[in-house]
Parts: sequence; structure tokens; C-alpha cells
Amino acid sequence: MTALSLRSDGSGKLTTLVLFLPPALMLFTLFVVLPIGEAAWYSGFNWNGFGVPVNWIGLDNYRFVFGHKAFATAFKNNLLIIAVSLLVQLPLALALAIILADRFRGAVALRMVFFLPYILAEIATGLIFSFVYDGDYGLLAAIYRVFGAEAPHLLASSTTAFPAILLVVVWKYFGFHMMLFIAALQGMDRNMVEAARIDGATRWQVLRFIVIPTLYPTIRLSVFFAIVGSLQLFDLVMPLTRGGPADSSHTMVSFLYNFGVTRMRVGFGSAVGVILFVVCVTFAFGYKRWIMRDE
Amino acid sequence: MSEDNSTVPFSEDGWSPTAFAKAAFLGIVLIFVVTPLIATLLGGLKSLGELRTNPFGLPQVWEWENYAGILGSKRYWQLLFNSLVIASLTVVITLLVASMAAFAFAHLHFFGSRMLLNYLTMGLLFPAATAILPMFIKVRDLGLLDSYFGVVLPQVAFALAMSILLMRRFFKDLPGELLEAALVDGCSYINFFRYVTLPLSRPILATVGTITFVHSWNAYLVPLVMLNSDSLYPWPLGIMVYQGEYSTEWHLILAFITLTILPTILLFFFAQKHIVAGLTAGSVKG
Repeated sequence: MTALSLRSDGSGKLTTLVLFLPPALMLFTLFVVLPIGEAAWYSGFNWNGFGVPVNWIGLDNYRFVFGHKAFATAFKNNLLIIAVSLLVQLPLALALAIILADRFRGAVALRMVFFLPYILAEIATGLIFSFVYDGDYGLLAAIYRVFGAEAPHLLASSTTAFPAILLVVVWKYFGFHMMLFIAALQGMDRNMVEAARIDGATRWQVLRFIVIPTLYPTIRLSVFFAIVGSLQLFDLVMPLTRGGPADSSHTMVSFLYNFGVTRMRVGFGSAVGVILFVVCVTFAFGYKRWIMRDE
Repeated sequence: MSEDNSTVPFSEDGWSPTAFAKAAFLGIVLIFVVTPLIATLLGGLKSLGELRTNPFGLPQVWEWENYAGILGSKRYWQLLFNSLVIASLTVVITLLVASMAAFAFAHLHFFGSRMLLNYLTMGLLFPAATAILPMFIKVRDLGLLDSYFGVVLPQVAFALAMSILLMRRFFKDLPGELLEAALVDGCSYINFFRYVTLPLSRPILATVGTITFVHSWNAYLVPLVMLNSDSLYPWPLGIMVYQGEYSTEWHLILAFITLTILPTILLFFFAQKHIVAGLTAGSVKG
């Protein structure tokens, strides 16, 4: 190999450090850390993004955000996504994983098909379901017509639009959580299961007292991903409802986009961003400290 | 069903009522998952009138022109080209920048390395959306607005944390004697990185590269905020514009959706292993 260095200090550790670290640190600082700090600064101004911010209004933006009816709805919707993720999606993913972690003909193919929605773009998924829900041409409308009923326009009503989005959330993300569980199950020592069965444990007892307890770390992780994911849900909302009708189906991020970005209300939008940041970071640290402390 | 011990099932022993219940459960989920996808694919092959009367079945008249028209349009290829350029640049820069940093964190013991690593992993804690407005202003002030790099650089920045963590662990797991022997023989760290670490790290580079690609390929918010010109739009933006123009001509929209998710599905079937490993990788971090 001609790769041997002729330098007197041989290893060139300092040179390597000086070359290898700055690109990552600079990109990260410039596009991740500084913008967060700037969001905190901008959130004190009434500013349209042009020139320099001068119109200092203190904490008024936060007061406007918390006083905004659509923000309350968006926050509530984010909580609903978390609830559905935990109460519907997680048990579904767990049940499927327990079945599909076994080897049988077609198991691998089914895993892949169930995982497929997760890698589709949210935009494409949202458009597909806006077709499914379409009151004139959609699949749901066709089912209603079979029964001779008038098809509802689910996405056009403020009571049904967000529940319709929740179903899409389950469709899109359960496969990811299923894969997490399958990976954990495959790494599990099955001798325990076999021993328990030989000792006369029922199938249910094996699941309840051996398989599920072994999965606790993975379940905690899955809950973590579900909550973090739900807090940043945005792409899916845009093709389905854009937050409407009557601002009934916003998430915090779509609220930020709609009321901050599109209107270039930099101060207001930054305040929403800072609130979202505080929620995410508080949650992440709290969860790591109190729930995942053993890992 | 289970001749060898490694496949002792968790819950099943041969055919029984439970087995049928399970099969029925799997069947229902399968229908739930594939019906919208197949209806989308087939819907693109129907006329609008038929879509209304027959949304589920095979087309009575196969309207290949829907697909042919899109495949023959410059617009479709322009969108895919833009997405490909943005995703490829994002992947190449992420791999380069993250692998160098990960190498430093894995092998060069230096004062403050733990602190700097913690600093970088902060990026895992919050989504890009939190700082999208200041990020927009930053990209504007750098003169990168409405350019590929205005999308690529923020995407790289947000991909770094996870990429560096995954690569660092992989680099640390490579046999330590290799580095010791190379250093004794007078090899520099840079050459070791280039001629030993990188060639041995193809699996992790493929995994990180694939997930970065998928994320960038599907991304919507950052390009939406950073780009103004249709000619630079990646496909998720382009398809939203298309849907706006053809609002109720669902047969065309469905054909367009099918053709834009096809590359993702193809990639998935060819790189399954890397995609599943990469996207579920967060779960194995110690």
C-alpha cells in the first residue's frame, strides 16, 4: 500500500481532527442550533422577515399563540394522534409482530407489505387517502352506494376530518412499529418459551409472562417514536385537509406553517416553533430520564 | 411446522381455531393495507366516468393513455430529476461529513469529545419544523434560496446526528488491532480512514445512505419553504401542484401518484434489507 504517511509525527492526529470535525460541526451549528436560538430571539418581535427585526413586543407572540383557537385545536389534535398511536396502533403492531415473527410461508412477504406504507411519502399517502375519502369518486363513496346511501364528504366536515386523518396515521405507521417488535422478537431466546410450554404454560400465559415482558424495552421505545413522530406530523395533513375545514384538523406544525410561514409572520411562527421545541425536548429528556432509565 | 428448535413459535402449535382466527386477522389487515394501493394503481388505468362507477374492480376499458401521457411529459421527468439531484447530493454530503466526524469520535480521543458528541445528538430531539422560519431566513441570507443547495444543506444538517451515531458505533466495532498495527507501521489516521475504515464500512454506509435517500426523496416541508421555482421542485411539491390543477380528474391524479411512488417501491424491493435495518436502527442504540 502506498498509503503510508511519511510525516514525522506519523499519525497526524491533530491534522485529522482539524479536517474531520469542522464540516459536521459547522453544518449542524449553522442549520440546526443557530436557527433554534434565533427562533427564540425572533419570537420577541413583530416582524415580517425583511430588514432587521425592530418592533420588540416581548412575550406578546406567545400570548397570541396560546390565545389562538386553532392552536388549542392543533394541540388537542396532536394529543389525539398520540392516543390513537398508543391505543390502536401499538397493540395492532404488537399482535402482528407476534404472529409474523414465526416462520411460515408468506410471513416475510406479509411483513414487507405491512412495512411498505411506512416508506411511502406522506404526500403520496395523503393524496391516496384523499381519493379513498372522496365523496364522489372515492372508495368509501362506492361502499356507501352499494348500500344505497349518500356518501359523506369526510374531509369536508370539521367533525370528521381529523378522525379520517387518524385512520391514515395508523395505516401509514403501524408497519414501522411492527418491524421494531419483530426485530426484538427475533433476538429473543426462545428456549424460555419452549421450556414454559413443556411445563404446561398456556399460549396466553407464555405471551403474558414471557414474550411481552421481554418486549418492554422495545415497547417503551416504540411509544417514544410514536410520540415524537406525532409531534412533527405535517406532510400528511397538507394533501388531506391543509388543516381545514375551519382549522379543525391542524397539527402544531401545520398551524406553524399556515399561520407563521405562509403569512411570513416570523415572530409569531418562531414562537410556535419555540413552544414545539420546548414540548419535544421536555418530553425527550423526561422520557429518557423516567421511563427509559434502565436502558 | 417446527422441526428445528430455533423456530419454536411464540404462540402457535399447528392448525386450530386460533390459527384460523390469526389467518383471518392477517387477511383483514392485508386488505386494509393493499386496497388503497391497488385501487390507486388501477384507478390510473380507468376513465373518470368508470372510476366513479367501478372504483374497486379491474378496468373494463384499459386507459393506458393516462400513464402514457404522464410518462411522455417533460414535467414528470423534471420532477424526478430534481428529486434525484437533491436526494443524491444530500446522501453524498451526509456520508462524507458524517463518516469523517464519526471517525474522529470513534478513534481520536480528544478533550471534549464526549461533550461535542452530545452537542451533535441534540439534533435527534426536535424536528426541523421548529426552526423552519429562522432556517428560511438563514438560507435566504446565504443566497441559497430557490436553489438545490438551499434544500440539501438543511437536510444534511438534520441527518447528521443519527448518521454519526450509527457510523461511530460501527467504526468502534471494527477490530481495534487494525488501527494499532497501522499506527505502529507509520500509517496516518487519514490514510487509515481512507484505506481501511471506509472499505470495511460498506454495510453501514449503504444503510445510512439508503435511509438518508428515502427521507430526502419523500421530504416536503424544507423544499416547500426553500424553493419558489416550479423548475426546481422535487416530486412531492410537483404532485401537489398537479393535484391543484387537475383537482377532480382523479384518474390522472391516481396515475401520477402511481408513477411517482413507483421508484420508492422499486427501491424498497431492491434495498429492503438496508431500508428496514436503517429505519429501525434507532431501536438498537445502546
